[in-house]
Amino acid sequence: MPDGRLIRGTEVDGFRLEEEVHRGGMACLWRVTKPGEKRPMLMKVPFLGGGDDPSAIVGFEIEHMILPRLGGPHVPQFIAAGDFAVLPHLVIERIPGKTLEARVKDAPLAPERVASLGARIATALADLHRRHVIHFDLKPANIMFREEGPAVLLDYGLARHDELPDLLAEESDMPIGTPAYIAPEQVLGIRTDPRSDIFSLGCILYELTTGRLPFGNPQGRAGMRRRLYQDPPPPRAIVPHCPLWLQEVILRCLEVDADARFRTAGLLAHALQHPDQVVLTERAERSRAPGFVTHVRNWWRGHDRKPAVATRVAERLDRAPILMAAVDFSADDGAPILDAVRRQVKSLLAGDPAARLVCVTVLKTSLVRIDETIDKSGQNIYLKRLVALKDWARPLDLGAEALSLHVLEAVDPAEAVLEFVRHNQVDHLVMGARGHSAMRRYLGSVSSQVAAQAPCTVTVVRPRAGTSAEAEDETGSALAS
Amino acid sequence: MRIALFSDIHANREAFEACLADAEHRGFDRIGLLGDIVGYGADPSWAVDVCARLVEDGAFALLGNHDQAVFASEEDMNSRAREAIRWTRTRLDHAQTEWLRSLPFLLREGEILFVHANAWAPESWGYVTGSREAERSMRRTDARITFCGHTHVPAVHHMAPARPAAPFVPVPDRAIPFLTSRSWLAVIGSVGQPRDGIAAACYALYDTATRELTYRRVAYDVDAAAEKILRAGLPSSLADRLHRGG
Repeated sequence: MPDGRLIRGTEVDGFRLEEEVHRGGMACLWRVTKPGEKRPMLMKVPFLGGGDDPSAIVGFEIEHMILPRLGGPHVPQFIAAGDFAVLPHLVIERIPGKTLEARVKDAPLAPERVASLGARIATALADLHRRHVIHFDLKPANIMFREEGPAVLLDYGLARHDELPDLLAEESDMPIGTPAYIAPEQVLGIRTDPRSDIFSLGCILYELTTGRLPFGNPQGRAGMRRRLYQDPPPPRAIVPHCPLWLQEVILRCLEVDADARFRTAGLLAHALQHPDQVVLTERAERSRAPGFVTHVRNWWRGHDRKPAVATRVAERLDRAPILMAAVDFSADDGAPILDAVRRQVKSLLAGDPAARLVCVTVLKTSLVRIDETIDKSGQNIYLKRLVALKDWARPLDLGAEALSLHVLEAVDPAEAVLEFVRHNQVDHLVMGARGHSAMRRYLGSVSSQVAAQAPCTVTVVRPRAGTSAEAEDETGSALAS
Repeated sequence: MRIALFSDIHANREAFEACLADAEHRGFDRIGLLGDIVGYGADPSWAVDVCARLVEDGAFALLGNHDQAVFASEEDMNSRAREAIRWTRTRLDHAQTEWLRSLPFLLREGEILFVHANAWAPESWGYVTGSREAERSMRRTDARITFCGHTHVPAVHHMAPARPAAPFVPVPDRAIPFLTSRSWLAVIGSVGQPRDGIAAACYALYDTATRELTYRRVAYDVDAAAEKILRAGLPSSLADRLHRGG
């Protein structure tokens, strides 16, 4: 066994083994150092050749394949990999601190705490899915948080990169996942749907909220299959102080039919960040676990087979984008541009029926004086703006499900819009340009700053001088110049 | 070393020129031609001359069933392929035919086997159309990696020791790491007559240092290639399928 040679002080491919920090069933983890390398590092060495569990090696192969291709704050950085023929190992960034498992012991947690942790995990998940990877083993033991806040998702041994071969495709007849958190479709052997991770995150939110696992900790396949036809007790039946919106969010994640869950992790993050925007359905009101047979759904008949064509993760995300309209009511002659922005939004929504529209307006505040919240006629400025925003969105005729409204208060409107885009997984932003006004000359253009810095597609709508307002794509004009 | 792998060129000059230019642009150290240089397409003489020149410059070329049919029998082929081979013979001189006759069935280099059809019986031209056949092929060679063509449909099959093989449809431009812990069989798609519903020509680049395979799809002048097939009096369906990629 390669592992037998490993003792403190051994050098492996230039890395010095300092301390064995964990010994699990499939691998051991060493804290390692290397001259000139300042990052804290871990070396993961799998136990191979024992023959007891082939998935140990497959899990290691998968991490070997996927980790070097990932990046960003939500994944431990890949540093090096050892040759399979000599000593297989992976060296990755060591994230200081404990996993979420340590906090599960304190559950039930306060709803605000659950929402804050959940939103950060969902944001990490959205990022992972955008990078074409489904985790398939999301659980508290695989989640950590950086000191600055972002969640880090660990252990890609069961993951799938949808542009690379699935090394677990032919691996096992047993469901692949952790029984307490596994999604129903995973139980059936389907490994193509990023919404499986949303189900697992739903289990985690449930656990943090109630202190219990929604489906217990089943050991066999039959136990795991139970979640296909039996709903968990609603969280409010266990912790009555659980708010309606949180129960709504959790039970929506735990829908057996993936189509009934949040369509993307980005939408879930958005819901957890804006509880006031969560649309309550019958899920929020449930007070006890439903009967047994009532939940054998039509879904069961249609979904008990593997889908003929696997849909790529990216396609799924593309189908449920978050569209954001930044609506500026401050211009003197605002009506034409407001109409133009709405027309542009409408045409985008027509091409993407599953899109969700997030309408944002910025209430400019001042640094130097305390702002008044009541205007001259005695009306609350914030509420007035919210009413205006709602009125602006009304002609789009969107259901509450597909629409959310936000009034931001900020000194710097461009920065406020950018912050919102960054934190809400926005895929496409539509905003109006200020035209050739004196204001733009003196204050600079909000739209150009946003277009230059936003991490998503930006369409800037600009009225053509002297004619009616027309949309102009920022990317198009940038290419033309 | 980066190897540019071209298979099933099928006398499609426009497609092969576009692929060579693309490979040139991306950079490679060596060329591998995995068979079926002729058949179906309208430029067999040009294709043989270019391939022969590439081999003189260090490329390797393997025999495909259409290449073999030129100097052997075409009787086992379907009617369109048969007609194309009979026409192809009239376009090749003795030296060109002899060059085709000199091509080997397979090439083994280190951990890699190159072959036109399969490893279980290269001369019988059985197709690797799925994972069962891929597994059969992988089990008949001790080469960890097999590169073949023949089906005109790009595919990658992988197999862990003592496990069944699993299929994968490669995504163009996404490098696939051929992990050393398992066996791999890659069907390089067709340069000159793709059949996976995509009209663009297909070839692949393999880097022996990183063990990564990257498929490329290259747009080419399909209209010109199809027009030449019609003008040569070959079956019109051979022109049509270039547009469809099927």
